[in-house]
Amino acid sequence: MELKNAVAGTLESGDIMIQIGPGEGLQVELQSSVAAQFGRQIKSVITETLEGLGVSDAYVKATDKGALDCTIRARVTAAAVRATGKDVWK
Amino acid sequence: MRNTKVVSLEEAIRRSGLKDGMTISFHHHFRGGDKVVNMVVAKLAEMGFKDLKLAASSLSDVHAPLIEHIKNGVITGISTSGLRGELANEISHGLMDEPVVFRSHGGRGSAIANGELHIDVAFLGASSCDELGNASGCPRSENAKSICGSLGYALPDAKYADHVVVLTDDLVDYPNVPKSISACEVESVVVVDSVGDSSKISSGAIRDSKNPRDILLAQQAAKVIINSGYFEDGFSIQTGTGGASLAAVKYIRESMIEKGIKASFALGGITAHMVKLHEEGLIGRLIDVQSFDKVAAESIASDQLHQEVSAVEYASADNPGSAVHALDIVILSALEVDVDFNVNVLVGSDGIIRGAVGGHPDTAEDSALSIIVCPLLRGRIPCVVPKVTTLITPGAGVDVVVTEYGIAVNPRRPEIADRLKAAGLKVVDIHDLAAKATSVIGVPDPLPFGDKVVGIVMDRHGKVLDKIYNIVD
Amino acid sequence: MMFVPGNNPGMMADAHIYGPDSIMLDLEDSVTMAEKDAARLLVYNALKSIDYGDTEMVVRINPLNTPYGHKDVEAVVKAGVDVIRMPKTETADEVRELEAEIIKVEEELGCVGRTQIMAAIESALGIVNAYEIATASKRMMGIALGAEDYTANLKTPRTPEGSELLLARETIVVAARAAGIACFDTVYSNLDDMETFRKEVELIKNLGFDGKSIINPRQIQVVNEVFAPKQKDIDKALRIIAAIKEAREKGSGVIAVNGKMVDRPVVLRAERVIALAVASGILNEEELS
Repeated sequence: MELKNAVAGTLESGDIMIQIGPGEGLQVELQSSVAAQFGRQIKSVITETLEGLGVSDAYVKATDKGALDCTIRARVTAAAVRATGKDVWK
Repeated sequence: MRNTKVVSLEEAIRRSGLKDGMTISFHHHFRGGDKVVNMVVAKLAEMGFKDLKLAASSLSDVHAPLIEHIKNGVITGISTSGLRGELANEISHGLMDEPVVFRSHGGRGSAIANGELHIDVAFLGASSCDELGNASGCPRSENAKSICGSLGYALPDAKYADHVVVLTDDLVDYPNVPKSISACEVESVVVVDSVGDSSKISSGAIRDSKNPRDILLAQQAAKVIINSGYFEDGFSIQTGTGGASLAAVKYIRESMIEKGIKASFALGGITAHMVKLHEEGLIGRLIDVQSFDKVAAESIASDQLHQEVSAVEYASADNPGSAVHALDIVILSALEVDVDFNVNVLVGSDGIIRGAVGGHPDTAEDSALSIIVCPLLRGRIPCVVPKVTTLITPGAGVDVVVTEYGIAVNPRRPEIADRLKAAGLKVVDIHDLAAKATSVIGVPDPLPFGDKVVGIVMDRHGKVLDKIYNIVD
Repeated sequence: MMFVPGNNPGMMADAHIYGPDSIMLDLEDSVTMAEKDAARLLVYNALKSIDYGDTEMVVRINPLNTPYGHKDVEAVVKAGVDVIRMPKTETADEVRELEAEIIKVEEELGCVGRTQIMAAIESALGIVNAYEIATASKRMMGIALGAEDYTANLKTPRTPEGSELLLARETIVVAARAAGIACFDTVYSNLDDMETFRKEVELIKNLGFDGKSIINPRQIQVVNEVFAPKQKDIDKALRIIAAIKEAREKGSGVIAVNGKMVDRPVVLRAERVIALAVASGILNEEELS
C-alpha cells in the first residue's frame, strides 16, 4: 500500500501525536514520559492497529503525552487513513 | 569593640574552622529562589575545600550547579528532605557514590537535636539581620528584598551547629527584634547582594484552582473532614499547598461559617488561605514553620497570634512537646499510595527522584485524622498502586485516601468509614481503586532499577525505612 | 448533560468522574472540518473502551447533509452509543432520515432498536415544528434547545434574562410533554458568572425542563442544587407514596394524606420528586424499598 506522509493527534495532555510515512516493515520511534513503564505496550498498540488496517510497511514517529490505548488506536488509525486515503467507514 | 561579626564570606568560612570532610548546612525558606547554597558552595570550591557533606532542609531545581561540585569532589554527601530537577535526575542515575539521606522535617529536627546529624558550620540566609547576628525572615527596612517569613527549618541548625554564619541582603541597625535566630548563636554575619530571587521565593495573592478535577477532589476532601467526627469547635488543621488541598480550605470555611465552628490553630506551612480564615476569626492561631506566600510572610511579621515554630517544635517524633501531637486533621498529597495505605511523595513513577518527604510522615503519624488527596490517574500514571515505588509514610499512619473514583478508608479506622458512608459519601475498597487504575491504563512494566543505592529514606525515628536504587536508561 | 469536545482525548477520558447524568461527545461545532475524521475515530474508540459506568452517552453528529453525517452515524452506532443527538433539526422528515440511517447500521450489526435519538432544535422553523419532531420516531427520547443558532436565526442577541428564548423554551417543554419525552435546555457559556447561570437554571426548572446542558464540570453542582428537591417536598412525597401503598394493601380506592384527597397528578408529582431526590443523592434506593 502506497503511503503519503501524514499526521494525526496533538501534543496536549492525554493525547499522542502520530507522524507516519513510508518505511520498510513497521518501525516505531516513541517519545513518552511513561516510556519505561508503558513503552512496550504503546508500541504494540501502534503496530497491532497498523497491521489491522493492512499497513505492513511504515515509519511511525509517536510523541506521547500520556494517552490511553483507545486514544492511541484512534490517532494511529486517523494517521493511517490520511496516509493511505482509504477510510474505515463506508 | 563592635562590628567584628560582619565579614566577607571568605573570611567567615576561614573563621569557622571548616575542614575537608565536615558537614555544612542550609535551609530552604527561599525555595526556588534560593541563592545561598550555590553561592556558598561555589566559594568553598574556589577555596579548595573537598569532601564536604551538605545537610540541607531541602533542595530544589535551582540547585543544579551542585552537580559540578559533586563531580569535582567538593560535595561528597547530601542529606535533605527533597530533591528536584536536574540534580535529582543525575543523582537518580548514580551521580554520587554516597547515597543521599532523606529525612522528614521532624526527623531532621530530631536528628540534629540528638546529635545523629552533627552540623559543623551552618550557612543560614536571612531577610534581615543586625550586626550582632539577630536574624529574621521578616522585612525590617525599606531595603528588604528577599522576604520569607518564618525561618522554622533554620532554627535547629542555628541552635545545634558548632558554628553559625548568617548571610543577609539587608543589614539593619541593632536590635533586629523580634528575632528568629538569636545573636548569641551566630558567629559571623555576611552581607551579600541578594540571598534569594523574591519572585521565586513566594507567590502573591490567593490563586483559586480552576482545574475541575482539583475542585472535585477538594469538595470530596472537605466532605470527609466535615463528616469525619473531628470537625467540631476547637479542632486543629494542617493542609498542603497542592491545588486540591488549598481549594479544600475554601469549602471547609463555608461549612465552619454555616455551623458556627472555629478552629483552635492551623499548623505547618501557612498559606494566604489560612491567613484569611485567621483574620476572619475562624482560626485562633497560626503555628508557622514555613510561610508559603507573601500574605503569610506579611502576617507573621505583624500578627502576635501568628507564631513561628522550629522544625523540632513543629514535628519532632521524640519530643512530646511538638505541635503535631496536638494536631487533629491533616490533608496531604501523594505521588503514589498503595493498597496497604503506604505513601510515596519522593520518587516518580519513572523511578526518578522528584519530590520531598516534607512533613508528610510526621503529620500523618501523629495527627488524629490524616487524609491523602490524589487523583487516581495523572494521564497514564497511576497514583493508587499495588506497591509504592519508595516507602515514605507507612500506611499505619494514613487514614483516608480521596480520589476522583471514590474514597478509601484504612481498615484500621472502621468508625471513620461508617461515618462517611452514613453521610452518603462513596466509600470504596482501596484494592478496587488500584484495580480500576489498572483497567484504564494497563499493567505497567517494572522500572529499570540498577543495583547501586542512590538514596536512603530514614523514618522520623532515625531508622532506615527504604532504599532508592539508581535508574538505568 | 455535559458537552465534551470530540477531539479532546484528555477530557473524554475522565468526563464521567464529575457525575453528570449524561455526557455529550461533540463531533459538530467544537470540531474543525480538518479534524472531523480524527474526532470520529476518537469518539468511536472512547465509546468502545472507556468505562463510563451508568452515565448516559450521547454523541452530537454532524448534519446528514454534510460530508460527515453518514460516517458519524455508522461510527457511533457501531460503538454502541446510547443516544444520537441530531443538530439543527427543523422537520420530522429529517428525523425519519436519521432513523433510516441508524436502522441500516443496526441491521448490519443485528441490534435493531438499540440507538435512541435526541433532536436539537436551533431555528424558528424547528420551534414551529417542535411537536412533529418530538413525535417523528419512537426512538425519540428527548428534544433540546440550541440557543446560539436559534437567536441568530431570530436576528436577536442573547440576553442574561433570556426573554428572547421564552417562547422557544415553553414550546419545547409543551411539545416534549405532549409527546411523552424529555426536554433539555441550552448551554450557558460564561463560566465566571455562576450567579446568572444559577438564575437561568432556576428559570428553566420552573418552566418544566428535565435538565440543563453544561459546558464545564464546574457547572454541575449548581444544576444539581437547583434541581434537588427540598426536604419538605421529599417528606411530603414520601408520605403520599406510603399512603398509596397502605391504600393498596387495604384495597381502598380512596387515598388521603393529612385529610386531603390525593389524585393522580399529585401522585405523579410525588413520584417525580422521589426520582429527583434519588438522582441528586439525597435519597438512596435502598431506603425506599
